[in-house]
Order: sequence, then C-alpha cells, then structure tokens
Amino acid sequence: MNGGFGGGWMRGGGGRGMGGRMGIDEEQEEGGQLYDHQVVVRLMAYMRPHSKRLLATIAAMFVYTGTIVVMPYMVKLIIDDYIHAGNLTGLNWVVPIFIGVALVQYGSQYVNQRTMAFVGQRVLYKLRMDMFTHLQRLSMSFYDRNEVGRVMSRVQNDVQQLQEFLSIVLVTLGDVLSISGIIVAMLLLNFKLGLITLSVIPLLFMMLMMWQGYARRSFMRVRKAIAVVNSGLQENISGVRVVQSLNREDANVKSFGRANAEHLGANLEATKFTAALFPAVEVLSALGLAMVIFFGGSMALQATIEVGLLVAFALYIQRFFEPVMNLTMQFGSLQRAMVSGARIFEILDVEPDVVEMEGATPLHQVEGEVRFEGVGFHYKVGEPVLRDVNIHVTAGTTVALVGPSGAGKTTIVSLMMRLYDVAEGRITVDGHDIRDVDLDSLAKQISLVPQEPYLFSGTISENIRYNRTEATDEEVESASRAVGAHDFISGLSGGYDCPLQERGSNLSVGQRQLISFARALLAHPRVLLLDEATANIDTYTERLIQRALDELLSDRTAVVIAPRLSTVRNAASILVVDDGHIAERGSHDELMALDGLYARLYSYATDGVNEDGDVVFGEQPKVADPTSNGNVADGTWLVTMESPRGTREGTLELAVQGSALTGIWSGPQGAQEFYGGSIEGTDLSWRVEMEGHMSKMSLNFSGSVEDDAITGSVEFGSRGSGSFTAKRVESGVADE
Amino acid sequence: MRVLPRLAGYAFRHRWYLIGAYVTMTLSSLSAMVIPRMLGDAIDEALASGLQSKLLILAGVIMAFSVLRGIFSYGQRYLSEALSQRAAFDLRNDFFNKLQKLSFGFHDQQQTGNLMSKATADVEAVRMFVSMGLIRGLSVFIMVALIGTVMFLTNWRLAIVSMAFVPIVMWRAIMMSTTLRPTWMKVQAETGHLTTVLQENLAGIRVVKAFGAREFEVEKFERKAGLVADLTYKATRLFASQGSLMTFIFTAATGAILWAGGREVIAGRLSTGEMASFIMYMGLLGMPVRMSGWMVNTFSRASSAGQRIFEVLDAESPVQERPDANPLPWVAGHVKFSDVSVSYDSAETAVRGIEFEAEPGQMIAFLGGPGSGKSTLAHVIPRFYDVSAGSITIDGTDVREVTLPSLRKNVGIVLQDVFVFAATIQDNIAYGLDEVETEDVIRAAKIAQLHEYIDGLPDGYDTWVGERGITLSGGQRQRLSIARTILLDPPILILDGSTSSVDMGTEHRIQEALREVIKGRTTFVIAHRLSTVKSADLVLVLEGGEIVERGTHQDLYDRGGFYRKIYDLQLRPQEKGAVTVRGDA
Repeated sequence: MNGGFGGGWMRGGGGRGMGGRMGIDEEQEEGGQLYDHQVVVRLMAYMRPHSKRLLATIAAMFVYTGTIVVMPYMVKLIIDDYIHAGNLTGLNWVVPIFIGVALVQYGSQYVNQRTMAFVGQRVLYKLRMDMFTHLQRLSMSFYDRNEVGRVMSRVQNDVQQLQEFLSIVLVTLGDVLSISGIIVAMLLLNFKLGLITLSVIPLLFMMLMMWQGYARRSFMRVRKAIAVVNSGLQENISGVRVVQSLNREDANVKSFGRANAEHLGANLEATKFTAALFPAVEVLSALGLAMVIFFGGSMALQATIEVGLLVAFALYIQRFFEPVMNLTMQFGSLQRAMVSGARIFEILDVEPDVVEMEGATPLHQVEGEVRFEGVGFHYKVGEPVLRDVNIHVTAGTTVALVGPSGAGKTTIVSLMMRLYDVAEGRITVDGHDIRDVDLDSLAKQISLVPQEPYLFSGTISENIRYNRTEATDEEVESASRAVGAHDFISGLSGGYDCPLQERGSNLSVGQRQLISFARALLAHPRVLLLDEATANIDTYTERLIQRALDELLSDRTAVVIAPRLSTVRNAASILVVDDGHIAERGSHDELMALDGLYARLYSYATDGVNEDGDVVFGEQPKVADPTSNGNVADGTWLVTMESPRGTREGTLELAVQGSALTGIWSGPQGAQEFYGGSIEGTDLSWRVEMEGHMSKMSLNFSGSVEDDAITGSVEFGSRGSGSFTAKRVESGVADE
Repeated sequence: MRVLPRLAGYAFRHRWYLIGAYVTMTLSSLSAMVIPRMLGDAIDEALASGLQSKLLILAGVIMAFSVLRGIFSYGQRYLSEALSQRAAFDLRNDFFNKLQKLSFGFHDQQQTGNLMSKATADVEAVRMFVSMGLIRGLSVFIMVALIGTVMFLTNWRLAIVSMAFVPIVMWRAIMMSTTLRPTWMKVQAETGHLTTVLQENLAGIRVVKAFGAREFEVEKFERKAGLVADLTYKATRLFASQGSLMTFIFTAATGAILWAGGREVIAGRLSTGEMASFIMYMGLLGMPVRMSGWMVNTFSRASSAGQRIFEVLDAESPVQERPDANPLPWVAGHVKFSDVSVSYDSAETAVRGIEFEAEPGQMIAFLGGPGSGKSTLAHVIPRFYDVSAGSITIDGTDVREVTLPSLRKNVGIVLQDVFVFAATIQDNIAYGLDEVETEDVIRAAKIAQLHEYIDGLPDGYDTWVGERGITLSGGQRQRLSIARTILLDPPILILDGSTSSVDMGTEHRIQEALREVIKGRTTFVIAHRLSTVKSADLVLVLEGGEIVERGTHQDLYDRGGFYRKIYDLQLRPQEKGAVTVRGDA
C-alpha cells in the first residue's frame, strides 16, 4: 500500500471535534507507483466473475491488433503484386478481401470496446456498492475521525479514477499489443529496414521520460491552483452575506483575482509542456519516415525491396506513434488510478468497531426497560469519557440527562443505540445485552430525534416514512397530526408530496424538527432518545413542539437531553452527568435539596441568564405602577441585598390583599413576579422563583416593615443566605 | 446579444493570441501537406531508378517541413490553449466580481452548488469552445480544403473517390456526438443524484443508524448506482459502435483508393507514388475529421453554458448605489422608518406601512413569528434589500442616497449563520478590515469572551479555522461574530437572532459579550424569546408584515392584546405556575 496513508484509518484516531486533522490524509496523488501489486490483485478479484467476457474482450483485441498489423502488409501486396503487375482482375477481387479485413477490424473493435465497457461498469458498480455497504457497517467512531467530504471523495472521485483505470488497462494492453505487432511485422518484412526505422524508439522514450518529469510538476501546480480557486469561489458564494455586511467585496475580488491569476499562470506553464508533446512525437515520426524514404528508397533502387514495402512502412509508422502517445498520456492516469485503488481498498479494509455477534438474535417488541451497568467508555485510550455509569430506566418513563457540555450526555445516548460499544460494563434493553442482539432489530426499537433535524431529499411523506416504506398514507398523516405537523404540511403546495429542497431548506428549522418528530413517532419505537431536540427552535415553534413531545413521550421509555427546563420537569428522574459519571440523581426538588452540582448549575444559569434561559440585553426596564390597597407594605421599595456574591440592588413592588402579598421583584436578573407571600402585621415573607436554563432557584425573603423601611434576611436557594434592607421610594397606588 | 458571439468576444479581447493561433495553424497545416507528397515523390524516384542523392534531398525536405510543422503546431497549440485560459480567467473574474456585488435578493434565489457549477463546469465548457471550437474547428476545414485541393490537382477522379468519404465520416461524427450528448448529460445528472444519496447518507449517518435503515439506504444507493452503470454502458456502447464504424469507413476509403487508384496507375494516369500520397493524405485527415463531431459539440455546450453564465453576469442587483451617492459619515445612530414596505417579488409584500423611530443608543426589539417580517426589517437597514415604498433614514439621510460601503460601516450585523472563513482566527476576527493591530483583535476577543479559548490553542490567534482547520462550536462562532462586530465598532448594530444551541455556560458568556457590545449603540434585536423583549426601549410586535402593537414590555403587557396573548401562551407555560401573575391571583 502507499506509504502515506494508513495511520488515519487506524482505530483510536481520537480527535472528536477539535483538532480534527485525524482521519484520511490530505490528497497526495503525486509520486504514486505505476504498478501496485496488491491493488491489481484485488481488482482482479472484481474482474473474475466476468472472466468469460474478459476473455472475449482480449480475443477481440488480438483480432483487432492482427488486422492493424495485416492491413499495411495487404497494401504492400496490392501495390506490388497487383497494381505493378497490372493485374486488373486480381485487383478486383483482392480489394474486397481488404474491405473484408476492414470489416473484421470493425467488428472486433466494437466487440472489444463494448465488452470492455460492460465489464468496467459492472466492476465499478460492484466497487461502489461494496464501499457503500461497507460504509454503512462502519461505526460512528469512523465518522468521528473522517470528514464526510473526504469519504465522499473516495467513493466518488477515486472510483471514477478507477473507471478510467479499467479502460486504460485494457486500452494500454491493446496499445502494447499493437506496438509489438507492428515491431514484429516490420522486422519480419525487412529486418534491416525495420531496425533502422525502430532506431527512433529509444529517442522517443528518452523524450517521453523527460517530458513526464517536467510536466508532472506543472500539473501538480495546476491542481493546487484549481483547488484554491474553487475554495475561494465556494467560500465567497456561501459566505456572501457576511462578505457584504462586512464590506469585504473589494478585498475579496482582489484576493480572488490573485488566486485566479495563479491558476492562469499554472495553466500557461503546463500548456508549455502539453502543447509540446504532440508536435515532438510528430517530428520523431517524420524522422522515422525520412529514414524509411532514404534507406528504404535506396534499397528499392538496388531492387532489394519493392516499393510497396515503403508504403507499408510509412503506414506502420503512422500507426505506431498513436499507441505510443496514448501510453504517455495514460502514464499519469495509471499512477493516479493505483493511488485511488489503494485508497478504496484502504476504506474497505477498515473494520467496524461495532460488530454484530455471530448468531445475534433479533430483538422483538420490548417493554423498554433500559439499564446501564457499570458502563465505562472512551473514544481514545487513556481518556475515559464515561466511568462506572449506572442507569436504570423503568419501561415507559422519561429520564432527563443534564450537565455541562462535554460531560458525556450525548455519549450515553449514542451508547444506547450501540453507535459505539462500551469499554466496560454492559447495557441491556429488557434484560438483553445490546451486544447480543441483531443491530437492525435494536434500531427498530430505539428512535432518535437529533438536535439538528436531518432530512433527506425527496418528498415530505418519504421523509416521514423513511425506512418504514410499508406505512400507509393514513399512518403518515396521523403521525403528523399527533406531533402537530399536519397543519403546515397541508398548507404546502403538494402537501405531503411537497418535495424538499436540499436538507429541507424550504422549511423552517421548527418545521423540519416536526417532521423529524413525526418520523420518530411513525417508527413506533419503544425507546425514544431526544438529543437536545428543541435547542435550535424559537419560542413559537417550541410551543408547538411541546405538544408533539408530550405525544411522543407518553407511554414510552425516553431519555432526554434537555436544553431547557420544561422537558426536564416532566422527567421521572433527572440524572446529572458530570465529567463522565452520574454525579447526582433524583427529582428536581430532591436535587435542589441535595445542594450539589445540580443546584450549582442551576444558580449559574439563573445568575447569568434570565428566567427563561434567554440572553438579556442591556439594563432591565423598570416595571411600572405597582398596586396597593393602602397597607403598610404597599409601594415601591429600593432593596439592597447582601448576598454571598456581594451587594445587589433591586426594586420591589409590593401589593397586599388581605394577608396575601404579591408583587414584582426587579433585580439584576430581570423582573420577576413573586408569589407565596404573606403578611402578618409588620412581618412579611415572600418567595421569588427564578427560572433558569435548567431549573428554578428561589429567593426566600422574610423581614419586617417599619415605616418606610424593611429589614430582614434572604435565602438564596442553595447558595446560602444574606440580609436585605428596603427603602420605600413610592407609596402604593390604587389597585383596580 | 447572442451567446456565442458574446463568448467569442472574450476570445477577441486577446486578439493577438487568436490571430497568432490562426496563422500558426494555417502554416502547420501547409507544412503537413508537404510530407505525403515527398513520400510519393520518393516512391516514384525509387521506381524510376533515380539517384540516391535525390532520396536524401527528399528525406531532408521531409525533416525540414516536419520540424517546421512541429514548431507551428506547437505555436498553435500553445496559443489556442493560452487564449482559452485567458478567456476563462476573464470570465471567472467577471463572474466572481458580479457575485460579490449582487444583493441578498439575488442570492436568496440561488443554490451554492448551482453557482459553483456555473463557475467551474460552465466556464470550462466555454474554455473548450474557445480552444476546440473556435480554433481547431477551423483547422478541420482548412485541412480538408488543402488536402482536397492537392488531391484534385493530382488526379481529380481519385480525389472524388477519396474525398467522398470525408462528409460521410463528418456526418457520422456529428450524429454521434449529438446523440451521445443527451445520454452523457443523463449520466452526469444521475451521477449527481448518486452523489446526493451518498452525501446525505454520510452526513446523516447517525440518523441512518438510529433508524436501522442500513438496508433501506443500500437499496436506495443500489438503484442509483445501477442506473449510472447502465447509462454509462449505454453511452459507451454507442460511442464504441460509432467510433469503430468511422474507423471502418476510413479503412474502406483506403481500399477504394487502392482499387480506383490502382486502375488509374495501371491505366497510366497516375503514378504509384501519387497513389501512395493519397493513402497518406487520408491518414492525415483521419484525426481532425473524426474530431469534428466533438468540435461541433463544443458549440452547443458553450451555448448553453454561456447562457447560464450570462444569467448571472446580466442579473441586475436590485440594490444599486446611486451615481451621485455620497459616503455616509460616522452617525449618531438615529434611525427612522417612514411608511416602509418591502416586497421580495412583486407578488408578495413582506412588510408594509412600517413606521418607527430609534433614538441613538436605544434598543428596538422586533418580535413575531416566522414569516412575520422581522428579519426583513433588520435587513433593509444596511440595504441588503431595498424598500419598495417609504424610506429609511439614518441621522436624517436616506440610506439609498449614500454609498454602500459607508452605510455598512455604520451598520454592524451579527448574523444568524455565522460564517467562518478558511483563514486564521485573527483574520476571521479582523475580517472586513484592512489594517488591524493584534492588540485590537485580542481586545475584541476578550470582550467577546473568546480570548481564553483562543489563548489555549497551540497556535493561538494564528490557528487556522474553517475548511481544513479546526472546527468552532456554535457558541464559539457566535462569539467570533461578536468580536468581529466589536472590532468594527459600528454605531448601529443588528442582532439577527442567537438561537444556536449552546450550553448554559456558553450562553452566559455570549450574553456577557453582547451586553458589552450593545453599549452606546442603536441596537435592533430580532427577538426569539420574550425576555429579550423586556429590556428593549421599544418593542414592535409584527404579524403578517405589519406592526400590530408597539411599546415597552409593560405597556404591551398591560394592554392585554396580541402581545399579552403570546406572552401568556409562551412564557407562562414555561414557568408552569411557578409565578402568579398579578391580576390572575
């Protein structure tokens, strides 16, 4: 195999996300071998099923070459034996023979090319299918290490390159046959003249070698220049909005102009070489002809040969140089094809990490009880991602995974689908170790709604059906109704048959996610995995999707990685994942009471992010007009709090109704209505529930009023407590 | 203007190359004519038992003319190739320049892949047209004419027999390429579909695996791969049958020359040498005549490719700078919309009757569902689109009266899709600026909360990102975009959504960064979450392209209208009864 490859395809390449230079090496097509034994042997295996046809091709090729060699000789015979002999009747029947040979040539050439094309296409088809099927078997770890674009280029470009290779090999074989045939014919016809004529061959090969050396370097420059121009185009077309908004048009036009000029320069340099090849070979062929004329002519003068031989030699020379030039042109292609072949087999040789066990049994309809027992996992040896993870999800319940990014939540979900195999411990579904069951049957029981809804080209109904092609239109529609997608789908022109553009770009993200939900629902999984399925969605759509979610989650086992609080709340239990292990588990209240990571995450969220987990811009506005019924506490208060994190200020608007206290707290995190307030005489207490990304935090205030001041203490949820003082800045105003 | 003449215009720009190519081509064809003739003379000389020195001269003449032919042919090949490359260079530059200038309205209608194929495959088709069609195409006719003339001068009867085959082969060649073309185009289209299936499969491999759709996908791929194989085979078969047929016709021509020529020789009207030269002339004609089909093909290919390219080159950008436009000076940031309507196409109006004012330093929030027109409002300020009625003024100047670069320097935008260019992080942050001090870049990155991350990279600010570099996460891309804006320091800022999924920590940092950025700028926010709206000086609630409500959060809440409705619908359920809203109690 070619030295430069290899490493990247090995296991344990690591590099998920950052530093992703692992995987397939950069394209390096130069300097390949002309003949790579392993590649050729393996390609032969692909040709073996077509051996009969191949034999036919080669037979036809021999016949064709035979006619090429015979015909100039026939011309010689016709000239010498019939025309010069003045044999008019002989001429009348020898020319039809000549035409007959030409017909044989026609037939053999056609059979040769046609059969060659047939075999070539079958081999390529088989190679493509093998690669594709193999790629489907390869595990996620492979895709983590190798960019889609590079894998694509192996299936498309490298196979394409091989397409040329197959025809080249056979054409080359034909060329070599022709060349040898012509050489033999010349030597047989007249050994001396043959030798003289063939003396140009060493000259020819010397010239071609030199040409190869120079030309290759300039071709390399051209290929590099093309790549730069194309990526410049690509980038500026897809990034045109940024370019225009940042006023970069002129600078980019200049830099593209430079890349384009380099492209031109490289091509002009290469042209110097490519343009030289043909004329140079022509000059050499003329040299051969000149020698035939002088030496052959002299022989004819001495009557050692007949003139017809001169014509035959001239024709041989004419036919000799075409295959030679073909060979030169194909030199580079042959090299590239060998490299491509090596690359293709390199992919085919990658072993999937996740393999179906021999005799794996299909998993039938399950209840959906999922267990992780002491699961450990790593993408890269020595860098554990999960350690001793134990999870038990009772059938039909929802478990939420929360935790900082990079903690291992997505990994847990991936392991459940067996996209990777655990390194330690085991995962069971209804008690079956997932490594013991048939992969496809496992997938049928488990469905995923990924963060980015992924749609395929095709119609909407094809996307909802996906591989459940047997689903009826009614089923598709009812799944769509259930997730709230039916309305917008029927509003589209064509409805369910509306074709999707690239990745569904004619739909909004929310609509795409609804289709993704409908697909998951139609698959009737017992276990549903939601990987931040609502993260990319605006509030409007999230509202819609919430309904879909309720529908999806009901009566199913679900594992939810939740970007926002609302989904977590529905979960029977929450697992807090931190640094590869389950740090805490329990319900929201239990976790808050635990006052550990969950509480900390939560306070982090509420500290920087406002109540619905959104980014707050600028200062918070004052909330207008509080209400009052004239009680001592009514009015607007300026509050100074001493919290564990320092002094904070805010406004408090209080309204009293009987013994109930309501109002608004406007603090650094935004305005927040509070509840649970009570007032007894001058003692009051109230609670402000702050909602963050993950959960709530409550601030519990308690204090007593004295004229225009309140003093008291405040508990900051799990973060400790402090004191506060409030000054009245405005008296209460009348309530409606 | 018709497509082909206009394409030829690109070649005429370099007319010396074109003239040079034609001249060298004619000269090399003329030199080539001599060689078969000399062979014929040599044969006659040998038959006539002439002098060896005469043969030497003939061989010398052949060498001399073939060297000449080599030189001219090199000149022709080099010049025509260089000319075609230069034409492609010009065309590619024009294409790129045009694309950079065309406004969003144009790009919304286009797919990247489509534009790419115009810039690559179509430009290549035009290049082939210039080198093969314009120049070599003519050489076929010159060769045929020259050889025909020589043949007729030698023996008109044999000339008729020989030349009769030329139109037949030419006709076959043209027929072949016209029948092959649709088949090849189908092959290409199907290969494209095959690529799409592959691309979608690989990019969505997680979904494929999650749904256990391996077999389904293999079947899908198999259908396309099978189709590609069948079509390619069909095309090759056609090519093989027609190609062999043409070879046969030429060989038959040799047979005919031998027969008819032989009779002429026997009749004494033609010398053997002359007959041999006929056979050699036919050999000279073989290649160009067989290629004539291909050359004709370059015309039709170039005609459709040129049309596709000119579609872009001739596209009028809806957003035009006025000839008398003045640069907009650094503004305070007073933005006024007066009765603004925008329609992307004449059929549908995106927004209408928009009227509002933003004082310098204020924050305006656009709120509304998908398709309500909020993005449109943001995009008309820097003139990514133009208003169809009404006007937008900045500090009292209509945005259509100023130069585009000066306008866009004043209006910064943090776009929803953060585009990362293949360049270093520093260059990405400093994108859009010519000379930037590293310290400024670092300062911007610090404010954008990105410095810590960059600093931790082995190559720091020189780390390559984008294609072939490291990949930035959604949050990092957003902060990069914020850093860009900080560095540009525009008095007017547009925040076009920030809904990318990021974890809490990141969201917190983005928020910190944004809070810093909007200070002292007139800011327009496309709000996806209601809380954003709470901090705005003015909230515009949009529905169906119209402002249905306006005011501060509290105003709107108290009014109990549409805003209140969506507030109740969305924010409250999120809080799930945790908060008792006054008035409900």
